[in-house]
Amino acid sequence: MKAHKRVRKSKGAEDMKYILMMNGPRNSYDIFGAMPKEDIKAHIAFMRAFSKSLGESGEFVATEGLADPKQAKMVRAGKDGEPITDGVFPEAKEFLAGYWIVDVESPERAYQIAARASAAPGPGGKPINMPIEVRQVLSGPPEEFQ
Amino acid sequence: VTASPLDAGSEHLLRDLAPQVLGAVIRRFRDFSAAEDAVQEALVAAAVQWPREGLPENPRAWLIQVASRRMTDHLRSEMARRRRETAAAMQVDLLAPAPAVESESDGDDTLILLFMCCHAALTPSSAIALTLRAVGGLTTAEIANAFLVPEATMAQRISRAKQSIKASGVPFSLPTNQERAQRLRSVLHVLYLIFNEGYTSSVGPQLQRLELSHEAIRLTRIVHNLLPDDAEAAGLLALMLLTDARRTARTGPDGELIPLTKQDRTVWDQNEISEGIALLAATLPRGSIGPYQLQAAIAAVHDEAARVEDTDWPQILALYDLLKRMSDNPMVMLNHAIAAAMVHGPSTGLELLDALDADGRLTGHHRLDAVRAHLLEMAGDHQAAIAHYSTAAARTTSLPERNYLITQAARLREGTPTVEP
Repeated sequence: MKAHKRVRKSKGAEDMKYILMMNGPRNSYDIFGAMPKEDIKAHIAFMRAFSKSLGESGEFVATEGLADPKQAKMVRAGKDGEPITDGVFPEAKEFLAGYWIVDVESPERAYQIAARASAAPGPGGKPINMPIEVRQVLSGPPEEFQ
Repeated sequence: VTASPLDAGSEHLLRDLAPQVLGAVIRRFRDFSAAEDAVQEALVAAAVQWPREGLPENPRAWLIQVASRRMTDHLRSEMARRRRETAAAMQVDLLAPAPAVESESDGDDTLILLFMCCHAALTPSSAIALTLRAVGGLTTAEIANAFLVPEATMAQRISRAKQSIKASGVPFSLPTNQERAQRLRSVLHVLYLIFNEGYTSSVGPQLQRLELSHEAIRLTRIVHNLLPDDAEAAGLLALMLLTDARRTARTGPDGELIPLTKQDRTVWDQNEISEGIALLAATLPRGSIGPYQLQAAIAAVHDEAARVEDTDWPQILALYDLLKRMSDNPMVMLNHAIAAAMVHGPSTGLELLDALDADGRLTGHHRLDAVRAHLLEMAGDHQAAIAHYSTAAARTTSLPERNYLITQAARLREGTPTVEP
């Protein structure tokens, strides 16, 4: 994760970080991979341009794409503290495919950015309008009252 | 503090001096960890003061003096702390520097530091971080940035690395003749990892991080200049140059991966290619052939082909045959299978992949699926190729590579008739 220097934001403004989570069904990677080549290219180009524009507007904090959920494991500690892994998930379960963290002036701005991500091009270049979960990131301790 | 940045010449000088200054300070104060911190502070001070006040007359002496002052301050406060804690003020001799032993040259100091930082007692990630800081003269922030981790994480990694060195009791001196070959292998391996980290970034959306590759080349060049007779140091430098020469051709405008066979060869860096080939030409005839020289020779064969169809695959196959005999590495076996397919046809390559399946070490590795997909495509079995491209895409942890593999599968589904070598 790479933290970028902010280029915009007035002093004294509230620090508001949001995580925008792109969730999809377990087979969403397969659906993505099954698109025509030109549509795949358009989608990739959109995602790159999108992250770049967040950097240019000074709102980018971090982004990561996650590997295929087929490789995912659910881990919990056993009695001896050793990991117990479980890798079989029901087909219906939704998985995180990737996320952005943005630093914005208002929740409305975070929703706007999420809407742009949601409209990423899919088959035939049409917007996918995929659901993006928007959650505020908790901040450090508040200032002390003197 | 806002200061105009150092010009490129001074920056280069500073980075070259870093290991020499550190060597001198360690000799004087005998404490690697504290000396390393002090030299870092001196480098930062130079970066702030030199642009403002001009280059000192003797930059090396300036840095040693500033670092030594920091060491003295550090030891004073350390003594005060101990006095407070133990009330035993018997440590006065700590402040008296050891007589400056200058028996070894600056070059030896740089080598000694490399041997220390790449010691087998360290994990590769610790060795990489410490080498970049102590020998490369990079700041913790710069290293953290290159590896996309928070600065505090990198600071901790470096501090732990220094503790491991202290605990291992490695003396600040050149290794014995018996140890030397093994220790040099570790050094070259760490430099190779730094280069690869820069070349095929293992994390993040970008495929290449230039600074790390260039830093690896700079450090390997130093090793080669200090040990001009070491064939593998020369081989590693040649390998880096011959690989780095293709850097700009390796990604497209949208950051997409462009395989060797599809690259615009006119943008390959001919200076790097000439230098790499000259290094190899001077090294190979000496007869102590090692894996880096062989990999460099393979890179050279690719680089010498002006068009992809000019590639001398029989020679590449012969080189992989040699390499396979020298190292028991499944990745070498995989590349050997590709070369064999290019010379004898895809079925020969696919048979070699079956042997790799049986070997088991690459089970579940995306590269095995990607190569199998490629050879199946060459053999005309597009359905099976699509399946393996897709499996490889699901298994890779590189975003540009995943995008590339998905696009390959899509291309085949659409029946685009471009079978690539």
